[in-house]
Amino acid sequence: MNKKPRRIITFISVLAIFFGIVPTASAMHIMEGYLPPSYCILWGVLCIPFLASGLYSINKSMEKDRKALILLAMAGAYIFVISSLKIPSVTGSCSHMTGTGLGAILFGPAAASILGLIVLIFQAILLAHGGLTTLGANTFSMAIAGPLLSFGIYQLCKKLNIDRKVSVFLAASLGDLFTYCVTSIQLAFAYPSEQGGVFVSALKFLSVFAPTQLPLAIIEGILTVIVIMGMESYAKNELAAVGFMKEV
Amino acid sequence: MSKNKKTAIVLLIIVVAIAVIPLFALKGAEFGGSDDAGSVMIEQIQGDYTPWFTPVLETLLGGELPGEVESMIFCIQTGIGVGIFAFIMGRLYERKRLGKENQDL
Repeated sequence: MNKKPRRIITFISVLAIFFGIVPTASAMHIMEGYLPPSYCILWGVLCIPFLASGLYSINKSMEKDRKALILLAMAGAYIFVISSLKIPSVTGSCSHMTGTGLGAILFGPAAASILGLIVLIFQAILLAHGGLTTLGANTFSMAIAGPLLSFGIYQLCKKLNIDRKVSVFLAASLGDLFTYCVTSIQLAFAYPSEQGGVFVSALKFLSVFAPTQLPLAIIEGILTVIVIMGMESYAKNELAAVGFMKEV
Repeated sequence: MSKNKKTAIVLLIIVVAIAVIPLFALKGAEFGGSDDAGSVMIEQIQGDYTPWFTPVLETLLGGELPGEVESMIFCIQTGIGVGIFAFIMGRLYERKRLGKENQDL
């Protein structure tokens, strides 16, 4: 064997062994019945103001310009596609992406929360994936916290004059990762570790979720960039209408 | 080919690579995406845990959703998404091709 392939194989084996130690677990929504009722209600209530402002914000952008409708439909469809694809990851388990970053970048975090909620309800009822009792917590992590961070990062990058493609990539992928950070914290609050409490518990959940989700977050970032590129070349007027681009 | 198209193709290849490489690099891995995997962690921390609520669909079916049916519903989800997305993208493409970019869709 040549030196180079051998080195690559060694590298891959080390990687595989390293990730093999991490228990096989999938980073997904919190399962039905796995969150104590009080927490279900807490997260549910926390979501309500965001969802209400989401409805209001969607209404407002529709009234302002009907052109926004087709972009909203595309952002919603994008979440449908992306969150239905379970992708194998380096940890030897599968996970899926959130897709809410695109909606957040185009319409702001409030509108994205409504789009995310639709998908979560679909999966909770038809697929027993996530759950109705944990809907509040899952909505908070995937449809509120993630988009909020995506939106923040995108606005920050815009201020700093960073290239648009790079900012879209950063916003979408970090938003995706953040979703699973929030999920870990939510689980940790409900299941604090006996030694060390919430913090240790959060680290434990995070150590399971983060390595699986990292490559997927990169994929989500890239896909979102591609979609934005497509919209930039074919839907300039619509992007201008929602304030993403300057008037052409 | 325009620069944009080239970038898009390169990016798509990277996406496919990231998704497919683990499949070959980690031969024999389970790639389970099952919901019970996350619950293992909870049991590690909490000891035995019984979910206090079972999904409505599973209660109605009196058991778990069959794997094949589950993948069908996932496909429906993908299909709805791709359908809407491709329909709009096709109309946008055609609008540009016909030089009617300033018209509303």
